Amino acid sequence: MATTFEKIATATVGSGGAAYIEFTPIAGDWTDLALYVSTRTTASAVGGNDIISLNGSSSSFSGRRIYGAGSGTPASDTITTWAGFNDANNATASTFGNSSIYFPNYAGSTNKSYSIDTVSETNGTTTYMGLAAGLWSNTAAITTIRLTPDSGNYAQYSTATLYGIKKA
Amino acid sequence: MTVTYEAIASHTLVSDQTQVTFNPIASTWTDLVLVKTGGQSSGNMTMRFNSDSGTNYSGTQVFGTGSGSGSSDRYSSQGTMYINYSNATGNSVTTIMNIMNYANTTTNKTVLLRNNDSAFYVGAYVHLWRSTAAITRIDLFGSPNLLSGSTFTLYGIKAE
Repeated sequence: MATTFEKIATATVGSGGAAYIEFTPIAGDWTDLALYVSTRTTASAVGGNDIISLNGSSSSFSGRRIYGAGSGTPASDTITTWAGFNDANNATASTFGNSSIYFPNYAGSTNKSYSIDTVSETNGTTTYMGLAAGLWSNTAAITTIRLTPDSGNYAQYSTATLYGIKKA
Repeated sequence: MTVTYEAIASHTLVSDQTQVTFNPIASTWTDLVLVKTGGQSSGNMTMRFNSDSGTNYSGTQVFGTGSGSGSSDRYSSQGTMYINYSNATGNSVTTIMNIMNYANTTTNKTVLLRNNDSAFYVGAYVHLWRSTAAITRIDLFGSPNLLSGSTFTLYGIKAE
């Protein structure tokens, strides 16, 4: 029986930190991709953002987002290359932001949509959770996924695992 | 190796359709995941379990349209589940839903769902089907159409 949900690769940031996390090459063997991310950065802040590029491109991205900060009314805005919240150096120690990103039909010939569920966490008054619908208006198969923090580097023990999902 | 995540069936539409059906659905798995991608005509996509058109469906969602504040609303005692809404024909709407403990015959059934339309809105929905029957059939309806090229894939997840 075929394996339907299969780990493609895991990236774990070492003691020196990393400027980005990247998966390449990604074969066209599966139907969908699921990326699970746990990130903390070296930036002097409580939290920040993960930024995505696909196949080396940072253009032709669009989307919508809704997010809450732990109080008040959730906000909604548009996004381009935003790919989730992370924790930064001033967050509670050993705490990471977490995201799941789902890419349906990543190897097909249509524009590429993706779904993001994301949270940051710290023992403080402001943390974030968000949902986003992303679109990369490019018909190329996704062969490279790179995540980069918007400030600082990824800190040690940040991880990301890419899974492939087959429908047949 | 035990297979714990398995594709049960998949449909890729070669023409516009008003309905997509998964039937029968065996009770082999613990939970179900249904992934829909592709275009819709302007209007709602709805869903029924086991062909039940009684007023047994309810749901609550949070959503944002890309500006201002997020919103929340709900429906109750309806004859169908309101899965998503497309505001323009041709919008690509990706819907990912989790149907928990679908084969048990003791509890009502819950669906957790994420909707993604990068041109219109993003949201999350929880639905309730007030029936203790095992889910053996899923029908998805376009209003009026699910567009050619759309894909619908049903996965089964095993707890063992």
